[in-house]
Amino acid sequence: MSLVWVLIALAGAFSLAQVAVFRGETVNAAWLLAAAVCIYLLAYRFYSAWIAAKVLMIDSTRATPAERFDNNRDYVPTHRWVVFGHHFAAIAGPGPLIGPTLAAQFGYLPGTLWILVGGVLGGAVQDMVVLFLSTRRDGKSIGQMARDELGRIGGAAALVGTFMIMLILIAVLGLVVVNAMKHSPWATSTVAATIPIALFIGVYLRYVRPGRVLEGSLIGVGLLLLAVGGGGWVASHDTLAVYFDHGPVPLAWALIVYGFAAAVVPVWLLLAPRDYLSTFVKLGTVFLLAFAIAVLRPDIQMPAITPFIDGSGPIFGGSVFPFVFITIACGAISGFHSLIASGTTPKLLMNERDIRMVGYGSMLLESLVAIMAMIAATVLDPGVFFAINSPAGVVGAELTQAVATISNWGFPVTAERMEQLASEMGESTLLSRTGGAPSLAVGMASIFSAAFGGGLLALWYHFAIMFEAVFILTTLDAGTRVGRFMLQDLLGNVVPALGRTSWYPSVLLCSALVVAGWGYFLYIGVIDPNGGVNILWPLFGISNQMLAGIALAVATGILVRSGRGWYALVTGAPLAWIAFITTWASMEKVFSSDPRVGFLAAAQRMRDQLAEAALPPEQLKVLPQLIFNQQLDAVLTLFFVAVLWTVIGAMLVAVLRHNGGRSTRPLAESPYVRSRYAGPA
Amino acid sequence: MSAAVTPDRPEPVPGGSAGRLRALLDSIRALTGDDAYERYLQRHQATHPEQAVLSPAEFYAAEIERRYSGVTRCC
Repeated sequence: MSLVWVLIALAGAFSLAQVAVFRGETVNAAWLLAAAVCIYLLAYRFYSAWIAAKVLMIDSTRATPAERFDNNRDYVPTHRWVVFGHHFAAIAGPGPLIGPTLAAQFGYLPGTLWILVGGVLGGAVQDMVVLFLSTRRDGKSIGQMARDELGRIGGAAALVGTFMIMLILIAVLGLVVVNAMKHSPWATSTVAATIPIALFIGVYLRYVRPGRVLEGSLIGVGLLLLAVGGGGWVASHDTLAVYFDHGPVPLAWALIVYGFAAAVVPVWLLLAPRDYLSTFVKLGTVFLLAFAIAVLRPDIQMPAITPFIDGSGPIFGGSVFPFVFITIACGAISGFHSLIASGTTPKLLMNERDIRMVGYGSMLLESLVAIMAMIAATVLDPGVFFAINSPAGVVGAELTQAVATISNWGFPVTAERMEQLASEMGESTLLSRTGGAPSLAVGMASIFSAAFGGGLLALWYHFAIMFEAVFILTTLDAGTRVGRFMLQDLLGNVVPALGRTSWYPSVLLCSALVVAGWGYFLYIGVIDPNGGVNILWPLFGISNQMLAGIALAVATGILVRSGRGWYALVTGAPLAWIAFITTWASMEKVFSSDPRVGFLAAAQRMRDQLAEAALPPEQLKVLPQLIFNQQLDAVLTLFFVAVLWTVIGAMLVAVLRHNGGRSTRPLAESPYVRSRYAGPA
Repeated sequence: MSAAVTPDRPEPVPGGSAGRLRALLDSIRALTGDDAYERYLQRHQATHPEQAVLSPAEFYAAEIERRYSGVTRCC
């Protein structure tokens, strides 16, 4: 057996050397995939096993909450593969597809290394440790654990932070979908068709064949594929196409109205079926993509490192340090996962042994998804990649002007190439379709089309758009609902009636407030000439890393206080790195004098433009709104940093008191109960 | 309150390729949650058989309500 692991280690080292050291003219994507898989296998086999045995001291004879509180409802001992499936479906969203695509502007290497190192040493450890701590505490949420461990301020910080992340996450995802749909009747009609399909499956699963998830989902996936083909027919139809041809602002409004409607209809009607469909489509597509990359073994076209590591990149401003670390959150380390790992999952675990596979293992799979997104982005011709992802405010709205600018950067691309590509993909233009989804779709379409033959680029492209849109909209629906629960919980402290989650006036009011919250950021993102991605994605990254910081701080505090000593560094070291890099990035986002990076500098430049009337009137009109928004973003960023350091400070106080031998809060771990599944003692 | 509906209980697993196919199908149904109602019935019988049993439709509705009352999905 140990020979196998030596071979895996050698294969991994050789693949990584191909990727990182012996970079020839081009590197084959298969090396990247092989290096990643070997690293994940080794990390899982050795690091996670060591953490389980030595740091967490997992005890397979100890009954889990699922066993102790087994009520056949929330607490149900479940087979580990089923828990793994549910946990992975819950943590895997669109984040790991978008972040790596945007970070590819630095070249393929910085993002890839961070995904691998961050995933193995940071994200997977966070997920596993939080899952362990919650399992030992009857399935308590990370917010409750923060309150128990760090006091009320820590708990409140976790709650408010989570709520803000939710708003920003939904806004930026909405922006990604809007950018994929703007002036594209094919994409818009396909995405629109997913709504009635989800409704139909919802009714089917509730009334026609209750609970037959497999057949319902298969029918739904079939209908989604028809919708992809049907979208092509709509786009080629002279009168129908007009109904689905819209600019970004009306599409943003449509999304806001949809988000509100989705939040107030019953879950079984829209959210649940959409969730099933997106899980099926996502798993299918991810495996298909892995298979296609393995079969096709495409060469990576993007250089390992581009000149944009100095911060002058067109997709978002800021240098590779610190910005690659907040651009790629999901896939490397995502604070959000701590909510899932301390939510449903610990209430299903049959045995503590499963924590390693469910917590550490599913994060590795998510990290692999991020690697594949990086591959799909970097097998594109870099000139094409930058033409799709650079906002019009940077490269210009005219095709000839934009390709000239991008070619001048050293990434040659021609207007004919872009026009030909757009027509192959069945679109009128691909220029400045920012947000990552369209370029990922072009990359996936090229890979699928070449691997499976038969061309059909336009179909594959819109299939990929549908795939991304379906689970972006699932996150949008689910996130709005979660935000509503949080708000109701919060407002219930002031007006008790508002806290009743099923009281319809409260549902309507709180849903409207949540939708207005993300709708505001979405609208500002849409009207921003530099494309709101440049603003919203870093804000999302910072807030997500802040939540990771909170989760790691709670974990580190508990590990130290339970006498794990230096072993607490398994979470303490990632915490130190996340705190350092997130604070650095936040300071740059607020105070940098480069208006493409610093919020305050951007606001100042807009004030100057307003004073000099240096822009066309329609752009001047929106400037006051944009100035206000830049200042709001600065305040938000500072708030996130303040929350992060408040929590870290509270943790350090608890740790110092403990080490000084003074009394601290009792550890909230539940008492040992012997498991029925443990076998004879 | 409603009549109990007998679910299609899995047959005892036969050997050979048919058995393997059956096992594969069962694992897929476990992963998708198709067997949730059957497992609920089994566990209900084992724990408190005297109480009323939910119908498949009622059980599905309650399951959905339960599953979507917390954080269900990340980024």
